[in-house]
Amino acid sequence: MELQRNNSEIIYKKRRFEGLKEFFKVIWANKQSRIGFIILLVFLIMAIFGPILLTQPKSNYAYRLKPPSMKHWLGTDFAGKDTLVQFILGSRDVLLVAFFAGVFTVTFACTIGILSGLLGGRADALLMLLANVVLTMPSFPVTMILSMVIKVQDQLTFGLVLSLWSWPGLAKQIRSQVITLKYKDFIEASRILGINKFNIITKDILPNIISYVFINFIGIMKRSIIASVGLMVLGLVPFKGNHWGMMIQISLSQTGALLGSSTAIYFLTPVIGILLFQLGCLLFATGLDEALNPRLRS
Amino acid sequence: MKPIIEVKNLSIDFKVKNGILRACDKISITINDGEILGIIGESGSGKSTFASGILNLVANPGVISEGQIIYHTKDGESVDLLSLSQREYSKYRWTHLASVFQAAQNALNPVLTIKDHFLETAWAHDSKIKREEVISKAKKIMKQVRLEERVLDYYPHQLSGGMKQRAIIALSLLLDPEILILDEPTTALDVITQWYIIDILRKIHNESGITMIFLTHDVSIIGSIVDRIGVMYAGQVVECGDVEDVFKNPSHPYTYGLMHAVPSLHDDISKRKAISGYPPDLLNLPDRCRFSERCMFYISGRCQGDKERTDKLYPVKEGWYSRCYLWREVLKL
Amino acid sequence: MNVMEIKNIGMSFENRVNKMEKIRAVVDFNLSIGEGEIIAVVGESGCGKTTLGKVIVGIYEPTEGEVLYKGKNVKELKGREYKDYRLGVQMVHQDSYAALNPNRTIFQSLSLPLLQNRIAKNKSQALDILNGFFNEVGLNPPEQFLEKYPHQLSGGQRQRILLARALSVKPRLIVADEPVSMVDVSLRIALLDLMSRMNKKHNISFVYITHDLGTARYIANSGRIVVMYLGRMAECNQIQKAIENPRHPYFKALLAAVPEADPDHRRDYSAELPLRSLDMPDIVNQPTGCKFHPRCPLCSEICEREEPKLRTIDGGLVACHHV
Repeated sequence: MELQRNNSEIIYKKRRFEGLKEFFKVIWANKQSRIGFIILLVFLIMAIFGPILLTQPKSNYAYRLKPPSMKHWLGTDFAGKDTLVQFILGSRDVLLVAFFAGVFTVTFACTIGILSGLLGGRADALLMLLANVVLTMPSFPVTMILSMVIKVQDQLTFGLVLSLWSWPGLAKQIRSQVITLKYKDFIEASRILGINKFNIITKDILPNIISYVFINFIGIMKRSIIASVGLMVLGLVPFKGNHWGMMIQISLSQTGALLGSSTAIYFLTPVIGILLFQLGCLLFATGLDEALNPRLRS
Repeated sequence: MKPIIEVKNLSIDFKVKNGILRACDKISITINDGEILGIIGESGSGKSTFASGILNLVANPGVISEGQIIYHTKDGESVDLLSLSQREYSKYRWTHLASVFQAAQNALNPVLTIKDHFLETAWAHDSKIKREEVISKAKKIMKQVRLEERVLDYYPHQLSGGMKQRAIIALSLLLDPEILILDEPTTALDVITQWYIIDILRKIHNESGITMIFLTHDVSIIGSIVDRIGVMYAGQVVECGDVEDVFKNPSHPYTYGLMHAVPSLHDDISKRKAISGYPPDLLNLPDRCRFSERCMFYISGRCQGDKERTDKLYPVKEGWYSRCYLWREVLKL
Repeated sequence: MNVMEIKNIGMSFENRVNKMEKIRAVVDFNLSIGEGEIIAVVGESGCGKTTLGKVIVGIYEPTEGEVLYKGKNVKELKGREYKDYRLGVQMVHQDSYAALNPNRTIFQSLSLPLLQNRIAKNKSQALDILNGFFNEVGLNPPEQFLEKYPHQLSGGQRQRILLARALSVKPRLIVADEPVSMVDVSLRIALLDLMSRMNKKHNISFVYITHDLGTARYIANSGRIVVMYLGRMAECNQIQKAIENPRHPYFKALLAAVPEADPDHRRDYSAELPLRSLDMPDIVNQPTGCKFHPRCPLCSEICEREEPKLRTIDGGLVACHHV
């Protein structure tokens, strides 16, 4: 018995990190998600180390609107500041805003979705009424108004504002997942075994919706980048810093990027950056379902 | 006894992540005209794959890798069904060979009435046939399966499990097929409904002489309807013969074990014994007889489980075959 | 003292189609389950046997009547007594795949109840306990099964895991709802033997719900059988006596419909069934009087008017006017 027990324990200790290793193995094996993962990783490194290693470029009007050269790989902007450096510095803000938007949206959606699904009855009807109202209102105009009303000065608030109108869709989907799960035999078995409600939610229900939530999280990040950029292009968010949205806004309003050719790069850089990030999210998400769902793996 | 279908060396492979899984391994069996052949097999035996193989409807990633299925039609022709293209084969499906598959209750379209199902099926094979003709035929068949005429206007969700199953059987008989393949037609049904369905099938067989292939894992019902029986294990046919012979005195240890592992109402409970072990992993077959791990002869050392000797079938009597080369010992049990 | 007493239980559900009517799944049901007793509950689908099982286990609260555990009304139990009941009555489901969390390993699923209910103080102790039970149910070596996910195991193995899970919380009663119907035929007896051993070794009562009379007789061969029809008890007796001498016409028809593999006994199977009609009546529009009368060959005038009460005849209970 002792030997058996020791063998089992060794197996369980191994298991803890196996989960993580398995996850990355699957992501790597799938060619699409591998590329997506690499793209996102590059952006992540840019966002973390960029602002540490690089300093805010100083204005130098003598060098304004220069085309790409050895000194400035992507040229300079209207104030003579290096485009590429601004792009890298801006990536931190962009990712942070997207990340916060994702976190808040998922939190709201999960809480409301799970409560609604589990409680049923009047609470369910009320919460879904709320979700439907929010869902039918056009999210972008409302977010525009919100951003004018709420002072958005940091990434967290920005993320929060973006999330206020994007949780209903996910909440409804989570609710239907929870309702399906509620009647499954293994939940009934847990109740018969005396498992309390909290543990049923965290140990039985959550693991079964987590892959769904995670994939949606990536999708929300993707969308909030566009939303944040959109708001900035419209000049609704008085954001300081090198956010890509600001770059686009400035290039359009101050340097007429769409009219002339020399400023086109300053415009294109953040645009392509956004495209690449979205592509990374998309490709990464394709491998997520397989990586998170044990049934699809073996 | 004239053969109507001769299956020769039929092998069906499935390409899976870890290799190639051979669900059916060189199956050779003859089905005679007008008989009811029962095929017994548990999970992993390959019987359902075999059924879909005869109809050339093996689902991806399955592929028929070798073999012939010779169909001798009533007009005297002999066709190798596997050599036909899907289009050519579809002319035979439902008109000559019809099927009732497992969980067939789910095969009904929830937005069509039963009447529409009949019409749709008839028109799929002959677009010129008249509506009244189909409906009058449908009414006749519904009577045979003991369903009331008004059921024709019902939707599937209004029928019970047993009624749905009878509706499916009625649909399969619409175009007067010569052969009916039934895969677990009474699983998930109650005893009484099961009794009626078997009774209906028997009566239909007596009236029309239709050939039936009846696949199931339920040993008890098979004895009540079939003439001949084939036992499948791990993708091979291990025994085949008249039902009276095989049941009373099995000639393969698996059949013997199976007969003694099923409790009934009137037997001696103390004689019941499970077959130890589990069916083999078809991707990792041992280099021995496939049944040896669970076989009493191998376990007691009387047999070495020689794989080569299990590659062929041994005749016990005219029309009775066994894959066990110690069949004489099994008969003595 | 009886482990459980079911007194005049009624279980009705809302009819979503017609809010005026109720679906009466179980009606006026009485049963006492003794310690270490095995009771087989048989009937066709729709007879209410699964609903009865869920009332016993506490998933459904009966709309009428009371359920007593160790003499006390289950609704009034609190604290430790409630926990005693909760862990004391367990269930083994029919579909072993659906009864296990597909995203957790077997160890994660099975250790949770032990840890939460403080049967085990930590994971290591839980592992010890589970190792013991896995050995008892014949899953050796336990590690091989504990570290897997449900979809990586066969049906028979999963069913044993369900049994081990139920046993691990040391119950007094286990309700087994069609535990072997999704398992291969050649493995069924092994599973039933296992349940029989557990019954004798730990003195656990079993309520074995099934529509397969052959397996019911095998496992309950020294116990009782309860025959249900449309939510009511039709007959109840010692199983051997009941099978040799069935009294209720429905039970007689049920026995006549059981197929017989042995060709020597098969002659009886070919005869007609003693039933007037094939299909079970609608559970919403139940017949008047005796619920079985539209299908009963012995039906007479009183059967259409009055519902028969259970009477004691020869040591068993039967609900029929013609007995």
